[in-house]
Amino acid sequence: MFKRYSIHTLLVSMGGLLIYVAYEEMISLYILSVLMFMGVNIILSTSLNLVNGYMGEFSCGHAGFMCVGAYVSSVLGVWLFAKDKVFGPPLINPDYALYLFPLIILIGGFAAALAGLLVAIPSYKTRGDYLAIITIAANYIIISAIENLDSIGGSRGFMGMKRVITAMEDIAYLPWMPIWVFAFTIFCIWLIRRYVSSTFGKGVNAICQDEVAAEIMSVNTNKIKTITFMVSSGLAGIGGGLFAYILGYVNPGSFNILKSTEVMVMVYLGGMASLSGSVLSAIFFTILLEVLRPLQIIKWIVIPLMLIIVMQFRPEGLMGSRELSDIFPWMKRFYRFK
Amino acid sequence: MLATIIQNLINALQWGSFYALIALGYTLVYGVLTLINFAHGDIFMVGAYIAFFVATFCLATIGLPGWAALIVTIPLTMILTSMVGVAIERIAYRPLRRKGAHRLYVVITALMCGLILEHGNLALLGASRKAFPSLINEQVFTVGGVTFTNLKIAVIASAILVFVLLQWIVTKTRVGMAMRAIAYDKFAVPLMGIPMDNIIVATFILGSSMAGLAGILFAMSYPILEPYMGALIGWKAFIAAVVGGIGDIRGAFLGGFLLGAVEILVVAFFPSTLRDLIAFTVLLVILAFRPTGLFGIAKTTKI
Repeated sequence: MFKRYSIHTLLVSMGGLLIYVAYEEMISLYILSVLMFMGVNIILSTSLNLVNGYMGEFSCGHAGFMCVGAYVSSVLGVWLFAKDKVFGPPLINPDYALYLFPLIILIGGFAAALAGLLVAIPSYKTRGDYLAIITIAANYIIISAIENLDSIGGSRGFMGMKRVITAMEDIAYLPWMPIWVFAFTIFCIWLIRRYVSSTFGKGVNAICQDEVAAEIMSVNTNKIKTITFMVSSGLAGIGGGLFAYILGYVNPGSFNILKSTEVMVMVYLGGMASLSGSVLSAIFFTILLEVLRPLQIIKWIVIPLMLIIVMQFRPEGLMGSRELSDIFPWMKRFYRFK
Repeated sequence: MLATIIQNLINALQWGSFYALIALGYTLVYGVLTLINFAHGDIFMVGAYIAFFVATFCLATIGLPGWAALIVTIPLTMILTSMVGVAIERIAYRPLRRKGAHRLYVVITALMCGLILEHGNLALLGASRKAFPSLINEQVFTVGGVTFTNLKIAVIASAILVFVLLQWIVTKTRVGMAMRAIAYDKFAVPLMGIPMDNIIVATFILGSSMAGLAGILFAMSYPILEPYMGALIGWKAFIAAVVGGIGDIRGAFLGGFLLGAVEILVVAFFPSTLRDLIAFTVLLVILAFRPTGLFGIAKTTKI
C-alpha cells in the first residue's frame, strides 16, 4: 500500500512544502523565481524530448511554439481580467480569474499545438535535416509574425500579466504562480510518461527506429507524427504561458533561436529518450545558469565549454536512453516506467 | 521600370553572394560528413574580425596603401579563418566521431562551439562595434539609371569564381573524388587507402576559407562588425543551403542567391519588417513541394 502510493505522497508533500515555504516567505523571491523557471524548463525539455528523443526527429524551433503559447495566454488573460490601455476594462469580472487561469494557460497550449501543425504537416514528406530546417524556419516565422503585430506591442513586447496575478491574489492570498507551475509541471511529466508508455507511444518509438518499417507494419505514421508534434508543441505552449506570467512581460526577442538552443541542450545533456534524464538536466541546467550568473558574459563561454567536455566523455548524454529506475534498480519498487 | 528590375537584380545578386559563400561551407561539410556545422556562421564572423585586424595592421602599422593591404588581407584572412575551422574540427568534432557518437550530439557540440566563438569574442573585444577601414575607393557607376559600385561587382564576381573553383575541385581533382567517396560510403573509403581524416580537414579548410572570404567582402560592403553578426546570417545561409539541396554545391549556390533575391524583393515591395516572415514562408513552401531541396536527390529508403 505504501509502495503503491509513495510517488503520489512524495509529490503532494513536495507541492505542499513549496506552497507553505512560498506562503510564509521563508525563501526569497529570487529563489522562488528560480524554482519556477526550473519548472518551465522541465516542461520545455521533456516536451522537446518527445519529438527529438522518442520520435527521433530533429526539431530545433521549440521556442517558437513557446512564443505562441506565451502570447495567446497572456493576451487572453489581460484582455479578460485586467484593465489595460489597449483592451480597456476587463471583459469578465476579475473574480473569475482564479478559476479560469488554468483554462487560459491550456488555451495557450492549444494554440501552440495548432502552430505545431506548421511543422507536422511538412513532416509527412520531409525527413531528417530538411525537417530541422522547417522547424527553424517555423521559429523565425512565428517570431517575425508577432513582431509585425503592432496591436499587441510588436517587438516592444507585451505586459500587464502581473495584474492578472494580482487579481487572483485578491480573491485568495496564496502564492498562485508557484502552485500552477508545479501543477503543470507534474501534469506535463505525467502526460508524457503515459503517452510514451501507451500503445500509441510504441508507434512513436517505431518511427524512431525505422519509419519505413513502421509504415509497413501498419503504423499510421502520419497520424502519429501529427499528434506527437502537436502534443510536444502544445506542452511547449503551456510552458511559454507560464513563463510569460512568471516574468510579467514577454517580447518576441526572448523566444529566438538561442532559447531553442538552450532547450535542445537540456534534452541532449539529459540523454535522448530519457524522461528522467530531461527532468534532471533541466534542473541541473537551471541551477548552473543561476550559479554562473556572476560571471556575466564569461558564463556563455563556460557553459558551452562544459557541455563540450561532457559530450567528449559521455557522448550519449548524462543518462543515455535509460531512466532513473534503470540506474538505481531499488527505485523500481516504488515506480515503474513502461 | 527595366532599370528598377536590373537594380534590384544587382542588389539581390550581391546580397545573395554572401549567403551563397557561407552556404557553400555548410554544404561541403554536410556533403562529406552529414554534419550540420552550426558553428559555420560564427566562423564567418571570426573571418570578418580577422580581416579587420589584418587590415588595420597593414594600414596603420605597416602603412601599406589600400590596394596592397587588400591583397595581403584576402589570403591571410582565408588562411587564418580556415585554421579556426580546422581547430574546431580537431578539438571538438573528431574525438566525437572516433567514439561513434550519435550524429545529433555532434550537432549540439557544433552549436556550443558557435556560442563559444560569439561570446569569446564579446568577452575579449567588448560589446563595442568595430568600423572596418575602407581598403578601396568605392566608385559609383550609373548606366542607364542602374547604379552599382565596383565593390558590388567584385562581390558577385568572387562568389561566382569561388563556385566555379569549388565545383572544379569537387568534380575534377583527386581530393574532390575522395570527398565524394566519403560521402558515398564512409566504411569502404579507409579500406581503399584514402586518408579520411586528411580529406575531412581539407573539407573544413575549403569551407572555412570561403567563410573567411565572405567575412572580408561583407565587412567591406557593410563596414560595421559586431559579435552576433554571424549568428543570424549563418542560420539563414544554412536554410539557403537546404533549400538548394544540402550536400550539392550547385544547390548551395543557387539557394543562396534565391534567398538573397527573395529578401531584396520583399524589402522592395513590402515594409522591411516583413522580410524574415515572407522570406521564410517562401522557403517553407519550396520545401513543402520539393522536400529534398532544389537539387537534392530523393533517396529511396530500404529496410
